[in-house]
Amino acid sequence: MLYIPGNNPAMLQQGGVYGADGILLDLEDAVALNQKDAARILVSHMLKHIDYDTCEVTVRVNHIDTPFGEEDLHAIVPLQPHALRIPKVETTEELQRILDIVHKIEEAHGLPHDQMKLHVMIETALGVENVYKLARFSPRIDAISIGGQDLAADMQLVKANDGIGIDYARKQIVMAAKSCKIDVFDTVYVDVDDEDGLRVEAEYIKKLGFTGKAIINPRQIEIVNDVFTPTEKEIRKAAKIYKAFERNKAEGIGVFAVDGKMVDAPVVQRAIRVLEMADVDLSTL
Amino acid sequence: MKNSLDRDIPEFLEGLGQLQPFGGAFTKLKKGWMDETTVPPPVKAKLPHADKMCNDLKEAILKTNPHDGMTVSFHHHLRGGDDVLVKSMQILAELGIKDITLASSSLTSAHEPILPYIKDGTISQIYTSGIRGELGKAVAQGCLKKPFVIHSHGGRVRAVHTGRIKIDLTILAASAADNEGNATGSHGPSAFGSMGYASIDSWYASQVIIVTDNLVDYPCVPQSIRQNCVDYVVKVDSIGDPSKIAGDTTRITKSPMDLRIAHLAAKVIEQSGELKNGFSFQVGAGGASLAVAKYIREIMKAREIKGSFILGGVTSYGVDMLNEGLFRSIFDVQSFDAAVSSSLMNNQYHIEIPAGLYANPFNCGCMTNKLDVVVLGALEIDTDFNVNVITGSEGYVRGASGGHSDTASGANLTVAVCPSFRGRIPIVKKKVHTIVTPGESIDVLVTERGICVNPQQKELKKRLIEAGYPVKEITDLANEVEKITGVAQDVEFTDRVVGVVEYRDGSIIDVIRQVKE
Repeated sequence: MLYIPGNNPAMLQQGGVYGADGILLDLEDAVALNQKDAARILVSHMLKHIDYDTCEVTVRVNHIDTPFGEEDLHAIVPLQPHALRIPKVETTEELQRILDIVHKIEEAHGLPHDQMKLHVMIETALGVENVYKLARFSPRIDAISIGGQDLAADMQLVKANDGIGIDYARKQIVMAAKSCKIDVFDTVYVDVDDEDGLRVEAEYIKKLGFTGKAIINPRQIEIVNDVFTPTEKEIRKAAKIYKAFERNKAEGIGVFAVDGKMVDAPVVQRAIRVLEMADVDLSTL
Repeated sequence: MKNSLDRDIPEFLEGLGQLQPFGGAFTKLKKGWMDETTVPPPVKAKLPHADKMCNDLKEAILKTNPHDGMTVSFHHHLRGGDDVLVKSMQILAELGIKDITLASSSLTSAHEPILPYIKDGTISQIYTSGIRGELGKAVAQGCLKKPFVIHSHGGRVRAVHTGRIKIDLTILAASAADNEGNATGSHGPSAFGSMGYASIDSWYASQVIIVTDNLVDYPCVPQSIRQNCVDYVVKVDSIGDPSKIAGDTTRITKSPMDLRIAHLAAKVIEQSGELKNGFSFQVGAGGASLAVAKYIREIMKAREIKGSFILGGVTSYGVDMLNEGLFRSIFDVQSFDAAVSSSLMNNQYHIEIPAGLYANPFNCGCMTNKLDVVVLGALEIDTDFNVNVITGSEGYVRGASGGHSDTASGANLTVAVCPSFRGRIPIVKKKVHTIVTPGESIDVLVTERGICVNPQQKELKKRLIEAGYPVKEITDLANEVEKITGVAQDVEFTDRVVGVVEYRDGSIIDVIRQVKE
């Protein structure tokens, strides 16, 4: 997900062309305090006039406990981006307050209450501890993300590139997301010139179970896509497993072997997941 | 009268005479020879042991019999660091010479100090490939007494052969020269590489002055310019600013936009089938165009492809590819940085060529005729694939024809790369301000928003669609851009034609009218 500062018109109007799966139009941390209103107006206009094509558009609003949060909601909710990113969420009480405001705005505009999704962003230690409750709080929540920079600051960690300090938090957040079967996005990699470092981190968080990663520069997109996209070998293997599954299912067999290895339901599920990520139409197999 | 691209061309222009309208990229070439008569180069004599050395540039110029109405030419190999052109024009102005036709192969920002000489009539006409900055603004505002002519690099050579550009005096900077006038740009403290654009001037000018800051023992080797053409030699303290003449190693852009466009363009080239053993290649010197070379290099390494030659306009990136064995040779008409000069000096497969061999359409062996793939930029491109590389959105001259139309006409695959808009200004649009390269020469346009294939390339379009690339109709892309930028207010022009864009075959492809102030 490519983060784009909401007060940068050049970046906003071109945000959809770089091949990112999603873009986040940011009204929060990327925007200086004296630019908050300008960013809100600019992002609202962009949502109305720019066709971002197949990119999923998310808007990160300011927290409702800031002077800007509620105004952001009033400006953005009627425009119904794909999702609203709620930053620094710690308790279900906050979420309830936000949902109430969102619900009221949608009501006033005659909009449905289940179209625009919510992404909850965990950026504090308290948020990490409460993440299970937060993830399942509303059916509108379809992703959790971790804000590594703010979390490290909240935990008073000495700056380190190895991610050790936030590793527990990453795993906790992934588990909470998986328990609710929703997406989970990792934090940004700030050194845009360190492509090798980004690749190493992307490979690690993929193994942890993250389904995507925040990007702060379009040059990072290709690397993350490369890590998360199944290889041809993986796709062929998954297709083989799926086809064998279908054949065996017709004969009432639940566990079988492919290339000498046992295949049961979890393995089939993983294969289906690989094929979905590769945009393979299962009906064509 | 209308030319074949529906542009209004006057039949006659004071200061230029009868004009021939453009009738297609190959209309005049199909015959196999040029209709126009050519003029012979001068045959000069000097008495034995005559000394060509002059104490200073003024003395040399005085010896050439400067006169009102003369044509003076220069090369632009010194790029932004050039000192010679401005100093020469200052001397001519101080001598009271008027009505000069300036025929520099191109004009850069380093030449802005000649603006007063345009305004006061010292210079009354310009033949060049490009004009930028305040000079570009001034000529578009109509400061020149006679219409200026924008030509391609290849077209300039043709124009000299026909006498359209009749050079009385050429003053050629060299980074090394001997006292007979053998000269090169490949070594010396101000080395700039190939002197490809200067060759035609040295052969055809009535008088030739070589200016150098590095006088070497006789004979100077190698010899881009030979002594049999040279009349006078001047040693000066400096021919220009070396840091602006030959900059640091050319770097690939880090702009995400340019890299995105370049990556897509490289994929298009790969899908086209032109990327194969023995292919030849030319890219621009920066931006998305040069960045294409980065991706082509990766593909060539992965697929173990060895190309025949790189042509250009050569940067250190091209030299790296030569040194890696990815190409067999480089044919160099202009060198863009210090590493290129060094390669030219030391590698026998890095070959300096004159502009005529590079791109003169009436040179039956011209290198652009052998080109497989060229990647070119654009200031504007329209829905007929016509390209503007000379005028900006405000109507001023701010670019160069260069080798654009030359390479586009010759290459098997011409790929134009540019963003679909810059800021609020559309680049892909319904009609460009000024046509330099006709749409029939452009095969593919690659932008950040998709790929547009010229309808004459049906097979390529089919391949790209089947491979899942984002192919769009160019009219759809232009409409998409217009929705984002809105429709710009048209620049207002007067009826006065202040300049013409001459296609490489001598016909007029477009005109530039005076910007209404």
